Amino acid sequence: MTQTTVDFPKNFKKALGDGQLRRNLRAAMDTLGLRRRTLFSDPEAFEQLRAHGDAIRRRALNKLPELLEQLERKCTENGIQVHWAETPAEANQICLDIIQRHGATRVIKGKSMVSEEMHLNHFLAERGIEALETDLGEYIIQLDHETPSHIIVPAIHKNRDQIARLFHEKIPNTPYTEVVEELNAIARQVLREKFFAGEVGVSGVNFAVAETGTLCLVENEGNGRMCTTAPPVHIAVMGLEKVVERLEDVPPLLRLLTGSATGQLITTYFNMITSPRKPGEKDGPREVHLVLLDNGRSKIWADPELRQTLKCIRCGTCLNHCPVYTRLGGHAYGYVYPGPIGSILTPQLEGLDHAGTMATASTFCGACEEVCPVKIPITDILRRLRVESYNKVDTPNAVKGHGYKVNAAESLTWKGWALSNATPWVNALNAKLLSLLGPQLPKLPEPNIVKKWTQSRALPPFAAKSLHALVKEKGIADE
Amino acid sequence: MSNARANILTRLRAVASQNTAATTEPAAPLEAELGRADKIARLKRLMENMHAEVIVTDSRNWTAALKELLRQRSLNGLLCAPTTLIGTTLAESWESDLPPLVGYTEAVEQSKERLFTIDASITSTKGGLADVGALILWPDANEPRLMSLAPALHIAVLEAAKIHSSLAEAMRREHWAEGMPTNALLISGPSKTADIELVLTFGVHGPKELIVLILDD
Repeated sequence: MTQTTVDFPKNFKKALGDGQLRRNLRAAMDTLGLRRRTLFSDPEAFEQLRAHGDAIRRRALNKLPELLEQLERKCTENGIQVHWAETPAEANQICLDIIQRHGATRVIKGKSMVSEEMHLNHFLAERGIEALETDLGEYIIQLDHETPSHIIVPAIHKNRDQIARLFHEKIPNTPYTEVVEELNAIARQVLREKFFAGEVGVSGVNFAVAETGTLCLVENEGNGRMCTTAPPVHIAVMGLEKVVERLEDVPPLLRLLTGSATGQLITTYFNMITSPRKPGEKDGPREVHLVLLDNGRSKIWADPELRQTLKCIRCGTCLNHCPVYTRLGGHAYGYVYPGPIGSILTPQLEGLDHAGTMATASTFCGACEEVCPVKIPITDILRRLRVESYNKVDTPNAVKGHGYKVNAAESLTWKGWALSNATPWVNALNAKLLSLLGPQLPKLPEPNIVKKWTQSRALPPFAAKSLHALVKEKGIADE
Repeated sequence: MSNARANILTRLRAVASQNTAATTEPAAPLEAELGRADKIARLKRLMENMHAEVIVTDSRNWTAALKELLRQRSLNGLLCAPTTLIGTTLAESWESDLPPLVGYTEAVEQSKERLFTIDASITSTKGGLADVGALILWPDANEPRLMSLAPALHIAVLEAAKIHSSLAEAMRREHWAEGMPTNALLISGPSKTADIELVLTFGVHGPKELIVLILDD
């Protein structure tokens, strides 16, 4: 991660104040939600399907070490070279070594969130290698030096006018046009030359099948197929949780993924790669590499509750249904994975001390859990992360960066609260004091959380008499 | 040499040995078994929704249907596999007013320019999927991978008998798990994107048009 701290309140304020962004997002999220509901119109069938998907992902994770070894063995038998990386830095170096061994300087990329997590493009650019994004949305944001704001539709924060201006300014000899079909045609033309000339193709992986050593890629545009077919070398990068046990596990997950992501029965292409070009075959890469990235996943995996984070198939539907994400967009979160899934994944990958605030970007409405195709208990994990933020004890399964919120003032307050609730006379005294002094709380000197809280909310008036006192006056026995 | 592999597996194994909880799995949802006519109709409808052109013909008339389609367009050539049944059938009856047949006979290193400039291609298919409306392609030495990707128009020939109800059924009946090819593909229409304001547009990086000739004998 390049940044060490993210100023969430500032980001949130900026995003909420951006009317254009909010209109772009609202329209898109409503559409994606509607399409999903149309596809999964039978709630009973959906529940059955996602129970199946959940079970497949749980089984894969329960057998993770064996399946990773099986995947490696099968891929190796098939001629795919498997590499393991503990950190993004190691994964980047593996990619760089392969690219340099082929003397390549032009890399074409299919969409991959893990490569975003690695900041691969930036790493390669610093070493004189052009890594060009070829998914239309990714291409658009790369032109504008931005990061994806959504897992599935990375340029969804932009509207056609903004993209029209961008193309006109950044692509030589491009007239200004707001016609979506024409913008598409411009990108097609530019990128076709790149596909033709690309020396190494990089892609992600949606599912890796241990049984057969097959890498599955889901896409609509054909750029993913281009990147994995046209250049002589293909590098696939994946988080090590993406493995599934059997080929027959793929169809239900595929249905859940495309249905949840964009409401499609199936995407235009489902691309299953099992080996490099065999003797006699006329195209396809001569070398296929698979990079397995850990980056903290094995630590997440160690805890049975947190492990469920790794069931995620990156459909992005939790983003589309989140009342926080749909108002902010992805950039405000400041990290690669935004929205509900980002709010549970990122603090675990980066450490609570860096990204713990993300776990507070939730109203606990549970919409994400209702739609999650693999039943990740997102709110339970959010709650766990909030608790871990105050956990000082260094147990093996404690989340990285835990206890970062522990502070003397809060500890003292809670001690006082406990004492007050256990000691009737202290409670009575506190109730009296609060009814007198409560309205003055926002005027206390900094750091003053009551003042922060009341900046955008009305302070509830404190009752003149506590419930305790009122009950006593009525002569009701205090049991 | 990095120790990443050993470190990662050691970390995972340390926990796996403590974790013996077995999970019970719910049964997979039942799939609908469709009859032949229903499968053809459903595949056709779904693929047409995705802007593919689907023509139901038979093994005697498909070349005539193809020629008619080609005459409506001005194309610089039709990429095909000269040694397959499709390739030889076409070569036998090709006519001079049609776009020339071009064989994919050399490796991509020698023929890339041609592959990226030819207007159209024709390939066979391994089958179809009725439940989602998609073609199954297993490209091979005769019909390489770029044939269904680089030209702007892809024409696919599908035998009706090879349409399965679902992907799960195709995998099961044809024992895919026993040996996957270099590349297996499902294709449900011409390439598309909705990356700009979710406006669905067809013809991005892959073919702009997909025509499916279903041979219903």
